[in-house]
Amino acid sequence: MTTPSSSGDSLVVTDLHVEFSGFVAVGGVSFDAHPGEVRFLIGPNGAGKTTCIDAITGLSAATGSAKLGEQELLGRPVHKIVRLGVGRTFQTASVFNELSVLQNLDIAAGRHRRWTSLLRTRRGVDPSIMQALEETGLVDELATPAGILSHGQKQWLEIAMLLVQDAQVLLLDEPVAGMSHDERTATGELLQRIAAKRIVLVVEHDMDFMRRYATRVTVLHQGKVLSQGTVAEVQADPKVQEVYLGTAGAATTAAMAAVPEEAAAELANLQEEDSHA
Amino acid sequence: MDALIPPLLNGSAQGALLLLAALGLSLTFGQMGVINMAHGEFLMIGAFTAYLVQQVIDSSDLSIPVALPVAFVVAGLFGLLLEVSIIQWMYRRPLDTLLVTVGVSLILQQAALQIFPSQGVPVEKPGWLDGQLTVLGYDWPLRQVFTILLATVCVAALAAWLKYTSFGRRIRATVHNRDLAETAGISTRTVDRLTFFVGSGLAGVAGVAASLIGGTNSTMGAQYIIPAFLVVAAGGIGQLKGTIIAALGVGVGLSCFAYWTTGSLAQVLAFILVIVFLQVRPQGLFTVRTRSLV
Amino acid sequence: MTKLKPHLSLGGIGVFAVLLLAVAPSVLTDHWLSNLGKYCCWAIAAVGIGLAWGRGGMLVMGQGVFFALGAYSMAMHLTLETAGDGVPGFMVLYDPLAPLPAFWEPFRSTAFTLLAIVVLPVVAAGILGYALFKRRVKGAYFAILTQALAVALATLVSSTIRETGGDTGLSDFKYFFGYVLNDPANRTMVYLITAGLLVACLLVVWQLYRSRFGELLVATRDAEERVRFLGYDPANVKLVAFVGAALMASIGGAMFVPIVGIITPAEIGAAASILMIAGVAFGGRASLFGPALGAIAVGWGQSSLGSTWPEGWTYIIGLLFIVVILFLPKGLSSLPARFRAARRGPGEPLAAPAATRQLEGVTS
Repeated sequence: MTTPSSSGDSLVVTDLHVEFSGFVAVGGVSFDAHPGEVRFLIGPNGAGKTTCIDAITGLSAATGSAKLGEQELLGRPVHKIVRLGVGRTFQTASVFNELSVLQNLDIAAGRHRRWTSLLRTRRGVDPSIMQALEETGLVDELATPAGILSHGQKQWLEIAMLLVQDAQVLLLDEPVAGMSHDERTATGELLQRIAAKRIVLVVEHDMDFMRRYATRVTVLHQGKVLSQGTVAEVQADPKVQEVYLGTAGAATTAAMAAVPEEAAAELANLQEEDSHA
Repeated sequence: MDALIPPLLNGSAQGALLLLAALGLSLTFGQMGVINMAHGEFLMIGAFTAYLVQQVIDSSDLSIPVALPVAFVVAGLFGLLLEVSIIQWMYRRPLDTLLVTVGVSLILQQAALQIFPSQGVPVEKPGWLDGQLTVLGYDWPLRQVFTILLATVCVAALAAWLKYTSFGRRIRATVHNRDLAETAGISTRTVDRLTFFVGSGLAGVAGVAASLIGGTNSTMGAQYIIPAFLVVAAGGIGQLKGTIIAALGVGVGLSCFAYWTTGSLAQVLAFILVIVFLQVRPQGLFTVRTRSLV
Repeated sequence: MTKLKPHLSLGGIGVFAVLLLAVAPSVLTDHWLSNLGKYCCWAIAAVGIGLAWGRGGMLVMGQGVFFALGAYSMAMHLTLETAGDGVPGFMVLYDPLAPLPAFWEPFRSTAFTLLAIVVLPVVAAGILGYALFKRRVKGAYFAILTQALAVALATLVSSTIRETGGDTGLSDFKYFFGYVLNDPANRTMVYLITAGLLVACLLVVWQLYRSRFGELLVATRDAEERVRFLGYDPANVKLVAFVGAALMASIGGAMFVPIVGIITPAEIGAAASILMIAGVAFGGRASLFGPALGAIAVGWGQSSLGSTWPEGWTYIIGLLFIVVILFLPKGLSSLPARFRAARRGPGEPLAAPAATRQLEGVTS
């Protein structure tokens, strides 16, 4: 049985490689994230940001190393990695639409319970669930089916699920995509609050949001680390400016932004197939 | 060695027939992500078409070559009708599509039972398939050789069609990524319909071949659907190469087991083998690896 | 939707129990009571299908296999009971000198038989489910593999005439654990046991659906990958539901034998398995009562229309699949909610099933 990490541990990713049938999505990425900071992973589409998270959470096979404290994460099945204290959200909020907010959170809290409790009916609301609801401002939605929550609320519900799950590492994939300005502010403040005791790693496109809330930033480009440091340092980096603002870069970045990351990988796949054929 | 040759030859013919039945299934399954359980009945329609063509063209030497394209078109039209009337409404509900097509297959079976004599109909074998080919001292019926040739031709034609025509490329693009194909300006609706037509048509061709080897009756389709699916599953979705190898493997395997034990035990053994195989390779023999989990 | 009104449902089970256990025996003729008992057997299996398919999302198309495990265990015991110390009659006909097959021998024991009815399906479904779910075999693959198993087993039984009675099956049972089956009072008792078991199964799923496990099962059905990311192994969740469904099918099969008096491969093969699905789809796969009521309705149609107008009955079943799945995927039990929604006006959306599918698409 694996024991969950203690709360002081850091997430250290070293030389991460992910390949899809020959297409290198992530080629040797290293970074670390510590409790107390809101760590951002940014980069143009196809840079490999989500793939990094997929690799750390066991969704994609990868080589290299991703350690939480002393525990190696790579090579374990998804649910075992979760039990080590690594939680994530998805680009499109994925909550259980047919279940209520409370039921969603109750399931998230369930892995700490004995299996016999599964056969019983839920009575009352766990204190940890109540706390997470307050933290995310969802107390009034307790009985609402998750399917009819607004987009922003779904994202918060996902974060609340990570909180009751007591994840030490929160990997958030575009948590503010599609949110209004006020919702973004609320989310940013929420992230800063929960980052006090946990490792928060955010994949984002929104540069404004990144500037306001990032403690440290890693910029990925074409599967490699382009630049790393504080917001100011990264913004001053000429390489970053070239990718984001450079004459050639601007046009491609804008064009690429329309194509989702998987689609890019798919395209690469298809092209590869054709070249084989 | 002597105990090996008959089941091997027999099995490769059986495998070729399975391949014909599975070919269309693999196309429609790869395309829609769902099993058409009425596929077996399209095969049955092909077999009955061979019989009907024989009622018009007396000479069986001639009627079978004529029946092949006719069965392709007739079964294809049935498939098209199914796609337009029912399946197109259900693309987002794969398991439900499976059940709806179970209903369609029940209706088609019952209709065949009422239209044709319940004991089935005789399809005359053409004279030029009467002989035998002597292979390593064993007489190999020409009918079996014909099935293998027919399967080879169909596979080659399908592969060429998929690879060299623009429609084929569109189908492959849609199989790989429906949304992306749509974004790229491919009318997936047209692609779906054409795929269904061709896939079902191939079942019709398989039916003609089946009518030459076994009986032609209302339940013949039901015999083929499960093994054909196992072939598709073992071969890997949308993988022509995998489907071919799996069909031959299952055909030869079934034939060997049946030769050494009994036909029914062979089925059970084949089932266990497929389960074991899926333990080792849950995605089939060949897979397209992408980031998304299948 | 999943908003449960537990006490209302419990009251419903109570009414159902009174109807089956008190009203039916007093108003129905022996013939119809026996028929109702037969439908109850299918209903028990259907309740399990509702658990696995309706709540768990596993389309079990081969429940005939587990039905067979219970049915043939019971039939072997009853056959031996009828034969006394000797070898069953059909075996003697086939080969007068051959001894009883070894696997029959333990079924002389009542305790072993009862144990087998429970343990065999649990072990079989456990092994099969573990192998498939751990390797993430699901959806159409899972459905077809289970059906392939039903086809394979039915073929195997058909061909082993001496061991299992082949296509003619096992029949002519005189005793049921010492009770003479010809006696109407004993037949009523067998019916009451069956109806009681059906009510018990309903109570079990009622508790399961309102428990945390029920919520987890629905969550696993709708977004398996998401559940994995909460630290659960979805394979285990599905395994429990699948094994439960298998156990219920086996119990249904076991009671089918003394009530109907015969078990043949036709009752366990692909067609029979599909008919079980038909009832569940008709009644409402995810609801508490839908599967049982749907199975009783289809059972009634099967034994009345199926014998008087067989061609028509096949068309009806075929159309039932098409119409219900196409237009009423949640079955008849979703009609009241639909009417209520219609009365509320078209502006209010019922729920977001489309959104659920999207979620599935995202995470799987």
